[in-house]
Amino acid sequence: MAGSGASDPNRTLGDLDALAAAAARTIEQASTTAELERAETATLGRRSPLAEARRALGSLDPEARREAGRRLNDLWSSLEALVARSRAELARQERVAALVADRLDLTEVVLATVRSPLRRGHRHLVSTTRDALEDVFVAMGFQVAEGPEAETDWYNFEALNIPPAHPARGMYDSFYLEVGEPETVVLRTHTSPVQIRLMEAAVAADSIPIHAVIPGRCYRRDTADASHLPVFHQVEGLVVDEGITFADLAGTIETFTTAYFGPKVHARLRPSYFPFTEPSAEYDITCTLCLGAGCRTCSGTGWLELGGCGMVDPAVFAAVGIDPEVWSGFAFGFGIDRCAQMRHQVADMRSLLESDVRFLRQF
Amino acid sequence: MRAPLSWLQDFAPIEADVDALVDALDDLGLIVEGVERVGTGLDQVVVSRVLEISPIAGADRIRRVVVDPGGEPVEIVCGAFNFDVDDLVPLATVGTVLPNGMEIGRRRLRGVTSNGMLCSGRELGLSDDGEGLLVLTGTDGAAPGVPLAEALGIRPDVVFDLTVEGNRPDAWCMAGVARDLAARFKLPFALPEVELEAAGPPVETLASAVVEAPGLCPRLTVRVLDSVVVGPSPRWMARRLVLAGMRPINNVVDASNYVMLELGQPTHPYDLDRLGAPGLLVRRAHPGEVVRTLDGVDRVLGVPGRGLGETGEDCVICDADGQPVGIGGIFGGASSEIAETTTRVLLETAAFDPMAIARTSKRLALRTEASARFERGVDPFGIDRAAERVCQLVVASAPGARVAAGVLDVRGDLPSPVRITLGAHQVNRLLGTELSASEVAELLGPIGFRCTPAGGDRIVVVVPTNRPDVRPEPHGVADLAEEVARLYGYSRIERRRPTWATPGGLSTYQAERRRVREVLVGLGADEVWTSSLVDERDEDRLGVRIPPVRITNPMAADQAALRRTQMGGLLRALAWNRDRRQGDLRLFEVGVVFWPPDPSQPPTRAGSEGGAGVHLPVERELVSAVFAADGDDAAVALSALHALAEELRVADLRLRPQADGAALPGLHPSRSAVVRSGRDGPVVGTVGELDPAVVAEFGAASGRVGWLELDLRTFLHRDLVSRRPEVARPVSRYPSADVDVALSVDDAIPADLVADALRGAGGELLESVTLFDVFRGPGVGPGRRSLAFRLRFCAADRTLTDAEVGELRARCVAAAEDEVGASLR
Repeated sequence: MAGSGASDPNRTLGDLDALAAAAARTIEQASTTAELERAETATLGRRSPLAEARRALGSLDPEARREAGRRLNDLWSSLEALVARSRAELARQERVAALVADRLDLTEVVLATVRSPLRRGHRHLVSTTRDALEDVFVAMGFQVAEGPEAETDWYNFEALNIPPAHPARGMYDSFYLEVGEPETVVLRTHTSPVQIRLMEAAVAADSIPIHAVIPGRCYRRDTADASHLPVFHQVEGLVVDEGITFADLAGTIETFTTAYFGPKVHARLRPSYFPFTEPSAEYDITCTLCLGAGCRTCSGTGWLELGGCGMVDPAVFAAVGIDPEVWSGFAFGFGIDRCAQMRHQVADMRSLLESDVRFLRQF
Repeated sequence: MRAPLSWLQDFAPIEADVDALVDALDDLGLIVEGVERVGTGLDQVVVSRVLEISPIAGADRIRRVVVDPGGEPVEIVCGAFNFDVDDLVPLATVGTVLPNGMEIGRRRLRGVTSNGMLCSGRELGLSDDGEGLLVLTGTDGAAPGVPLAEALGIRPDVVFDLTVEGNRPDAWCMAGVARDLAARFKLPFALPEVELEAAGPPVETLASAVVEAPGLCPRLTVRVLDSVVVGPSPRWMARRLVLAGMRPINNVVDASNYVMLELGQPTHPYDLDRLGAPGLLVRRAHPGEVVRTLDGVDRVLGVPGRGLGETGEDCVICDADGQPVGIGGIFGGASSEIAETTTRVLLETAAFDPMAIARTSKRLALRTEASARFERGVDPFGIDRAAERVCQLVVASAPGARVAAGVLDVRGDLPSPVRITLGAHQVNRLLGTELSASEVAELLGPIGFRCTPAGGDRIVVVVPTNRPDVRPEPHGVADLAEEVARLYGYSRIERRRPTWATPGGLSTYQAERRRVREVLVGLGADEVWTSSLVDERDEDRLGVRIPPVRITNPMAADQAALRRTQMGGLLRALAWNRDRRQGDLRLFEVGVVFWPPDPSQPPTRAGSEGGAGVHLPVERELVSAVFAADGDDAAVALSALHALAEELRVADLRLRPQADGAALPGLHPSRSAVVRSGRDGPVVGTVGELDPAVVAEFGAASGRVGWLELDLRTFLHRDLVSRRPEVARPVSRYPSADVDVALSVDDAIPADLVADALRGAGGELLESVTLFDVFRGPGVGPGRRSLAFRLRFCAADRTLTDAEVGELRARCVAAAEDEVGASLR
């Protein structure tokens, strides 16, 4: 019979709008995720009026069925989106409510009731090594200086007599930062930029002499392996004073080597090259494992390479405005991590960076 | 660089034992990375002729071979198959110890006795070939019974593996190493004599040489050889190249390589007939010009790369028509390579600007034996000898070859020799030595520095042109001092401990930073060190909103940014240890985090020109701690804060919850607070608990995680954060009286403000105020809680009476009522 029941396309479409509006109200009224679950079942579940309407589409003539079908699908997906939005919002609200319910006013914590631990923690091996080295140098009359880890090309390279594109830059594969013009800001590859800062400041304040050691974190683009880390620690020393000679440098290296590693460990200096020192030297220390007898660790030589040093190059003095006719100076540097590795026979340097308490609690 | 001792002996009669040579080389700054003995262990290896080969029943991998070692036939079991009857092969007789340590014994295999071993090149330490026997058939002088070493002309040798520092281009060759050793051992030193018979036509008639870029190529020479027969090099030369680590190719290329190793000057031979037009033209590369190098790769030239000082200038070597045939000083082109068919050779010997070579080589990531030498600096006056030496060696290896008469020599601005007036006192002032001028001259003379007396303790030193590392005055004085020290011996310089009047010490900040660590260790926390290079997405997940400072050239995507917080590293450290079933996890780190540059701060000098400078990232040094042991929570973190404040005498820290719950990245919004100095002072850090969702996401813990972070530069700054005075206060000798008050206070009023009110009213007689109980619930009313304080009163000069205490109590309660709306319960 025409115009009656589900076979009337207009009526069906009108019903759909009303059904959808009702469904949306039901969903929006849900104020908890549990209520929302129920609302979703009621409005979009198998027994919901809209599901009924979808089943009823089959009885329409093809033309009407197509139009009503499209319409129904649109409504259906917008209701699903509404459910998703409501769910996210309710979850957020419930999370916030839970966090609020969990509230603790830190001003009213009764400290006497806080459990106090009986276990003592452990300092990191690198940090205790740094302190121990600082203490040795402090006892020798050095101040401890620090500076930024991100540096300009000037401080990290150029003032140290390493101009742009200088082949010596190959010795220091650098991380560049996306700051300023390309390749003007680097993560310092050594703590030497602090030497420049110290000298500049001393010139500005007319406060030479300088006797300082500079510990700190450095960065080089080296693949991590048992004896290298891209993030590592170094300590450098700088002395600028009247009458400072290579003999003073050699004596200083020997003194701190023996003071830190013990009376059986000595240093030797070999000629080397660094753009910022002249004459330059590398220094080895008595192998800490075999005490010079020769073993696998030192490749049978009895010596382990520790660091580099030399007399401050006149070009570096020129860059900071120190008169090399009046002042002379020396600088030296070596790895703190490497020191720790040598003294404590750490097989793989990467364990310093792993934060594994089974390693850390040994020291 | 691999330097065979026998090659070094070409230049000086070096006879010291190997250990003494190693010590001398190390002491001269030529670092010995390894020593290899070659050509030993061959004493009992003889040439033998194969007489008979027969299978062994039941074995298909070994055969019975009878050989004639120049006497009685010998029966051998052999596993190689690359020879036939009548071939000559090496026989290691019974008792031989091979270079690899293998001892040859008599063995019985499948019923056949093996009375020695037939050897491969690898087993003899002569080549890398271990596939089959070293077949000697056709080798001059090889006959049954002849010792193998004699047949091959091999003498025992020692090869030093040396590292030559970047400032010693002169030492990066056999002659240079020998020169230093000769000086150290006081031996005569001489370069090879080169006598060249130039029998060919004038070179001008055969080729041309033009330099359009004298700045990049200050000197170019061209020599030509004709009637060349290309073939294998003489055995002695091939052997030396192999010992030095190079692969022999043909007599022309080998002669060029040999001279590079011998004298340090790279040369480049071209097939003259394969050049588009005979001759060379050196020019700057056109922008975007493409040159195909010998390795078959197309290289784009003339385009500036990133970074300071990059001009994009590249030097190309072209044929006379301007068609590129190679990248100057770096790599030859494929088109004019020496081939078997080559008969006419054009030899390029040139000097290139070291910095330009370094830039091009770096930008193209193309480092060759030649570029490595040119970028350190090659003697522009050593060119003539090197070119003649190559010609001499080619002629010697290709009888009939003729050298064209004359040299095409294009010179730009060549450095004139550096002359330095050097006073012995200047050397002694740097070295701490007491050398006289003549002693200095005696040390410098043997390595080519010509010294003449200049009155007093002064000498004039003429720096040899193979020492570009020695600068003119004034800096050159230091360079000469290094040479003096090197030849004198670093180990002979006295060791003196300098002293000065100023005491050493840590700054107050540094000393207090150590105490921060000690306090946390005392609270059961382990110190960790996490990387500063992080995955910025980890920190985004924590809700860090400031943008990261990124790395232009990271090694990995998860290390591409600088950390903005230490929270991520600590969370990962917790997770790492939790995964390994470790407990009692309280961890802390003292380190730097990086925030974007602050343009309101003064810029930092960026380069030599000065200029506007650049703003560096802001670095903040933090102590950050996580408390994740059983039962840990915000209160534990808070007690750590109190312990730190107590140790460092920091007074009056105030906790204020963030109004906006999401303002503290990664923290629980209602169990965390910012820490301020005083009511309105600067923020020094945060304390509380990590957001449980963050803890779960990182898998860091199963329960609550307490959190404490302090900005050390603020927290320890005495102008920003007040300290308790370090003045001793007398302790009262009279008893104190305690009274407890329970106050109902609105939830919005922090408990410390209530204590402030009590303290203010109690005055000097109020010794302490301690919160000891908090209660919410029936009888207190909604939105309020009961805070129970213990007030301890004490006077310095008397025992307080009950009446006085009662009055003080009333005054305190009244103040609390007035100032914070408290009501007494």
